[in-house]
Amino acid sequence: MAEFLAYLIAGLATGAIYALAAIGFTLVWQTSQTINFAQGEFVMLPAILILAAVKLAGLPVWAAAILGIAAFIALFGWGFKLVIVDPMIRHGVLPLAIATMALSIIMKEGAKDGFSAEAQRFPSLVPQETVSFLGISISLQHIAIIIVACLAIGALQWFVTRTKTGRQMQASAQNPNVALILGIPVAQMVMLTFLINAALAALASILISPIYLAKFSNGEVIGLFAFIAAIVGGFNQVRGALAGGLIVGVIDSLAAAYISTSYRLAVPLVLLVVIILIKPEGLFGRKEERGV
Amino acid sequence: MKQSILMLGIATAAALALPAAAQEKIKLVNVVELSGAGATAGTNWKNGIDLAVADINARGGILGRQIEIVHYDTQTNPGNTRAAVQRAIDEGTYAVLGPVFSGPIGASMQIAQRAEIAQIVGGEAAGLTRQGNQYLFRTSLSQSAAMPKIAAYLKNTVKASSVTVVWVNNDFGKGGRDAILPELQKAGIRVAADISTEQGQADFAADAIKVKNANADAVFVYLNEEESARFLRAAKQQGVDKPMVGETTLLGAKVIELAGDAANGVRGHVGLSIDAPVPAFQEFGRKFQARFNYASDHNGLKGYMAVAMVKWATEKQKKFDRKGLADTLRGATITPAEEPGIMITTKIEANGDLDRESFLAEVENGKQIIKATLPMINP
Repeated sequence: MAEFLAYLIAGLATGAIYALAAIGFTLVWQTSQTINFAQGEFVMLPAILILAAVKLAGLPVWAAAILGIAAFIALFGWGFKLVIVDPMIRHGVLPLAIATMALSIIMKEGAKDGFSAEAQRFPSLVPQETVSFLGISISLQHIAIIIVACLAIGALQWFVTRTKTGRQMQASAQNPNVALILGIPVAQMVMLTFLINAALAALASILISPIYLAKFSNGEVIGLFAFIAAIVGGFNQVRGALAGGLIVGVIDSLAAAYISTSYRLAVPLVLLVVIILIKPEGLFGRKEERGV
Repeated sequence: MKQSILMLGIATAAALALPAAAQEKIKLVNVVELSGAGATAGTNWKNGIDLAVADINARGGILGRQIEIVHYDTQTNPGNTRAAVQRAIDEGTYAVLGPVFSGPIGASMQIAQRAEIAQIVGGEAAGLTRQGNQYLFRTSLSQSAAMPKIAAYLKNTVKASSVTVVWVNNDFGKGGRDAILPELQKAGIRVAADISTEQGQADFAADAIKVKNANADAVFVYLNEEESARFLRAAKQQGVDKPMVGETTLLGAKVIELAGDAANGVRGHVGLSIDAPVPAFQEFGRKFQARFNYASDHNGLKGYMAVAMVKWATEKQKKFDRKGLADTLRGATITPAEEPGIMITTKIEANGDLDRESFLAEVENGKQIIKATLPMINP
């Protein structure tokens, strides 16, 4: 039992990161009805920018973190919407999806050529120590990831459902034309969504990079698992992304422990297929109808 | 007027001489992992080569000809490696240097063999030199040479009666696992758990929990550089407190840098190290640090030695003969007195394996400390 709990907590920590990234998928989906295939790279890049500010500009870590996160949110929140989403969405969702694929490659190769192809050590906010609980050793880093991610997602959920701006965001996502008639500044709400997505990605990057090490290719795995998590939980619900992320993280951990490391990637994919066959809208998603 | 004619003559002579000087260069192509899972190992190997080429060229080159070095990135992909080796041969390389990862070496070595061109590699998988390839040469000890030393170390120094084996599921890792298991059995050490991991794996939490629950006396870790660091960090996060024992890679400078505190206490056998009590290794380490601003791992030393092997064999045969280069290297013993770039007496077996002194080391306060020097197996 103690062993199972250890795997469960490790899975929840990884799943919390997937959830943060998966929420990005749902936010972009709700505002632009498309999939951001660069979402994994959105989680990879902030850590690289912070390290670049430390190594190339000689800044202390705290200053580099502020600068790196601010630069990332400006470039990949505000800039992403203005430079990629706005021009491409007029031509339909498919060109936009393809544009995000191109962005993914550019971000990855840019990080590799502009900074380093090698993995880099990334400072951790909490020590690499363990605490004992119910006979198992639990990593402080894992606890911190779970708490911080859950707080961030909880705060987002509160903001979206309990504040006026949050409700305006929801209204803009559900029916932008009606929202506009009601006087909601839809363009600003959509921009806010992209800024939140970038901030969550930066948070995920800071939490996971001490464990995975900062590397240009980190986005591949995170992006794939977050995508699966978003589909499993429901692409149009923040709480769905949260649940999907945690489920995928736990399944991944248990698969590595009880099946095989070689097949750990296959198990979440099998789950994805099962969910699509049984409940295509995801565990917590709502059915959407489209006119064609 | 006379002065103008003289200047014109000098300029013309210089212009005519330039292409001739360019032709004098000897081309070496390095096919290596500069991105992908092998980027850390490959970058060190490449930098070691660049340092050797700079040193040799500064001393007049090989038989009076300067070396022109070209690097091709394989992206740690066997298909790309095959294409790059073929391209290197088509472009007239004198010898193929690299790659470092055993899988891509296995996928590409037949191409150099067919072209009868020496391929000097950084791989350690035992199987590479068991295929009768007369053109393949290592720069590191093979697993079949290193693993008996590890098993003896586990038994005699660590006093382990049970060991958990953690290995990476690629040619390097499988070769290491297949080589260590019989040696552990011979030493009377029980394998408590046999844990396979994947190349490029990022999350080692589940593996670390497995290691902890196996509760063996020691853990033998045989992973590539980045994965070694991630595993050590995960093991620390899960409170694994058993001795971590490895072979060269686990104690490498890059692993120590990436793993941070989690690397302290790691111990094992190292084939090459800039911290070894060999003045030439330490001098290399200083030069490498000065040029590249970080500490070289064993792959940097291997890259440097690869070029030294080419230089020694070429000067030995007194001509630039591609096939002759391989013939000269096979069965040779190179001493630092003959070729300073080799740094330590190195015996090349008929199958391309190496024999030379090696070391037992431990990581203390973020630094690799050499504890003992082990003799050559067949001096």
